[in-house]
Amino acid sequence: MGRYIIRRLLQMIPVFIGATLIIFLMVYALGDPITALFGDRQPDPATARALRAEFNLDKPLWQQYLLYMGKIFTGDFGTAFNGQPVTDLMRHAFPISLRLAIIALVLEMVIGIALGVITGLRRGRSIDTTVLVLTLVVIAVPTFVLGTTAQYFFGVQLGWVDPAVSPEAPFGELLLPGLILCLVSLAYVTRLTRTSVGENVRSDYIRTAVAKGLPRRRITVRHLLRNSLIPVVTYLGADLGALMAGAIVTERIFNIQGVGYQLFQGILRQNSPTVVGFVVVLVLIFLLANLLVDLLYAVLDPRIRYA
Amino acid sequence: MRGSTHLTPALACVAALALTVTACGGGGGDSSGGGDGVVRASWGDPQHSLEPANTNEVQGGKVLDMIFRGLKRYDPDTGEAKNAMAESIDTDDQQTFTIKIKDGWKFSDGTPVTAQSYVDAWNYGAHIDNAQVSSYFFQYIDGYDEVHPSDEDAQATADTLSGLEVVDDHTFRVRLSQPFSLWPETLGYAAYSPLPQSFFDDHDAWLDKPIGNGPYAIDSYQRSQSMKLVKNKHYGGSDKPKNEGVELRVYTDNNTAYTDLQAGNLDLVDDIPASQLGNAEKDLGDRYINQPAGIIQTVSFPMYDENWQGENGRLLRQGLSMAINREEITSRLYHDTRTPATDFTSPVLGESGGYEKGLCGETCEYDPDRAKELIEQAGGLPGGKVTITSNVDTGSHRQWMDAVCNSINNALDASNACTVNPVATFADFRNRVQDHRMTGMFRTGWQMDYPLIQNFLQPLYYTNGSSNDSGYSSQEFDDLVDSANSASSEEEAVDQFQDAERIIAEDLPAIPLWYQNGTAGHSERVHNVKLNAFSVPVFTDITVD
Repeated sequence: MGRYIIRRLLQMIPVFIGATLIIFLMVYALGDPITALFGDRQPDPATARALRAEFNLDKPLWQQYLLYMGKIFTGDFGTAFNGQPVTDLMRHAFPISLRLAIIALVLEMVIGIALGVITGLRRGRSIDTTVLVLTLVVIAVPTFVLGTTAQYFFGVQLGWVDPAVSPEAPFGELLLPGLILCLVSLAYVTRLTRTSVGENVRSDYIRTAVAKGLPRRRITVRHLLRNSLIPVVTYLGADLGALMAGAIVTERIFNIQGVGYQLFQGILRQNSPTVVGFVVVLVLIFLLANLLVDLLYAVLDPRIRYA
Repeated sequence: MRGSTHLTPALACVAALALTVTACGGGGGDSSGGGDGVVRASWGDPQHSLEPANTNEVQGGKVLDMIFRGLKRYDPDTGEAKNAMAESIDTDDQQTFTIKIKDGWKFSDGTPVTAQSYVDAWNYGAHIDNAQVSSYFFQYIDGYDEVHPSDEDAQATADTLSGLEVVDDHTFRVRLSQPFSLWPETLGYAAYSPLPQSFFDDHDAWLDKPIGNGPYAIDSYQRSQSMKLVKNKHYGGSDKPKNEGVELRVYTDNNTAYTDLQAGNLDLVDDIPASQLGNAEKDLGDRYINQPAGIIQTVSFPMYDENWQGENGRLLRQGLSMAINREEITSRLYHDTRTPATDFTSPVLGESGGYEKGLCGETCEYDPDRAKELIEQAGGLPGGKVTITSNVDTGSHRQWMDAVCNSINNALDASNACTVNPVATFADFRNRVQDHRMTGMFRTGWQMDYPLIQNFLQPLYYTNGSSNDSGYSSQEFDDLVDSANSASSEEEAVDQFQDAERIIAEDLPAIPLWYQNGTAGHSERVHNVKLNAFSVPVFTDITVD
């Protein structure tokens, strides 16, 4: 187990370097960001040169990358164009997005798995069809539409919540955005659980458990659910990273100043320190979440061994 | 068949859900935030750090307008430059100006504003080492070339501008490198604000919480989130705030700000999102503001490309201009928040300031038949087609470009004569414009720095002007601008600028499309909301119930 974790952690290094290099190249390929800082005016060459020097943009790409990576290991993620250190942006944005992602993840786990088990056990009944249709609607309608509609009804018409989340973004205010954010994943979790439960419910060990006269509740939770959850956990693990990075739309709608917003600003202003910095942290979250998922397999199914 | 029987309850469920949601609708939001007299307004994240000479966009400019007062201030109603901190600005030769400032003004930290505060601030803004994006505002002052050489690799050979001289605590003298009669009128721009000593002593601390001499002082500032402003108790000007303060909230999307306004959580949105323009009047009634701003939208031609040169090029440009149905586009697409342009300036200048309706003549009027004639006379479009290029990441440029192209195609009876060439990002678009890589029409919007006809002409059309993107050059135009700048009276200057403008209308390196309005909406809680000529709200005048 220990060796497995170490090997997995070592594997992260090339993934990490590759991912940052690709992001760096992509931002660089967008062209020179300094001209845009002058608006519709021709940049003054001397000022433009000073700014390029300040952000290392006057050096060859490989050198920029090495300088950047060198600084990252000392915890310096560079400076955004508005003069703010990127670490400051992160310190504020990541906790907010993490809160949002946790709310979304918990909601999709609890609601998604519950709905999945119910529909899986009652396949073909009316509740199953209803849920299937609803999940189809959620998957088909873009998040943007769901978000703005919910915002208008609950925020403006009913006045239950504020349409915009305050800068501090406490848990309570993030409930609605979290629900909107997780809806699509929730639909997938429901369908994934439903299929998995539907298959396992016909398996031999369930028939044995029923024949032994075990209580229904125990069969469902200990036998059926445990075996049905492996594909779901795989999905949820990958989803944590996706929720944090994919919150751009939701965060825009509800005015949440999290990771999605900062990434969006960074891309719009072609600020490579911001974009690369945030993506670096996102890559780390992705990798760790996947490691966690792989370790969870053994808990769910002891037959899985690590070597 | 089984499926259909089971689908019915599902649909019923969806319908029931929809019904409950709509049935409860119309309750109206609770208007939170009681009568503390603070105006809650929408804001965008400033692009640069908040320094007077390093701010060239509206969001940062909005704050500078609240926390600074310079020598002049543009009247919120007329746009006229009036003395603010200046007691007098005198000159005999339009080149050396003696500036006296009023006594008794203080920064919000209590330190007095002196002539030195101005001279230090201007020297800082001009110096190359400080890399301020607006340092060109000091280019007319003598010695600018020494502190800010234009050559890319050159180093500054002086630390301060030789044209600035402090006479006493309340007087300083400015010598320009050339006569410029309208120069005092430019001094209302934020780049010319004075700076307190604390700016130079601890720059980082100052940037965290800027200190100025304006009607408001910053109480707290969380970057990219919000800023709370309170009355500056040391303010020496006459336009003291009529409210208790302003809270600026950063919105990631102005649609959300608009929704928040509707829900009663926000008092002022100063940029109605394009998608809501059609509803704004119905939603807000007389709380919707739509008034002219100092912005003109144009499309320019690459005058460096031989296809657009000579007499044929001129006919082509005129023909294209006459093929654009400005009336229809401004009313249908923009819900009358744009006005078809008939000159190269803006209505906010007023007639005395140099705006002249119809100066462009029939060239800017829609006449598809004549357009076709002119283009045929020129031998057709180069290669049979033309493109319009712009970035499409912001400002919904794609829509109007499509509309303009449609209009041209209809006029020419050719479905592919005009096509849109979208560029993904603003930076990429500006790089292409800078490098003279355009082959057809491209977007060139202009938002004025100060309400002067000079600002609408010289930077854009003077040979090698700071925003002369088309590469246009005319000796006759340059001479008229030079002569207007050294004119002894304002009227004379304006007249000569208009003569110069007529040359532009004749040569047509750019076609005027429309003047842009400022739009805003406010809640029932606040009154006396208006926008100034820069379409920035006049916060000091706003009263709160």
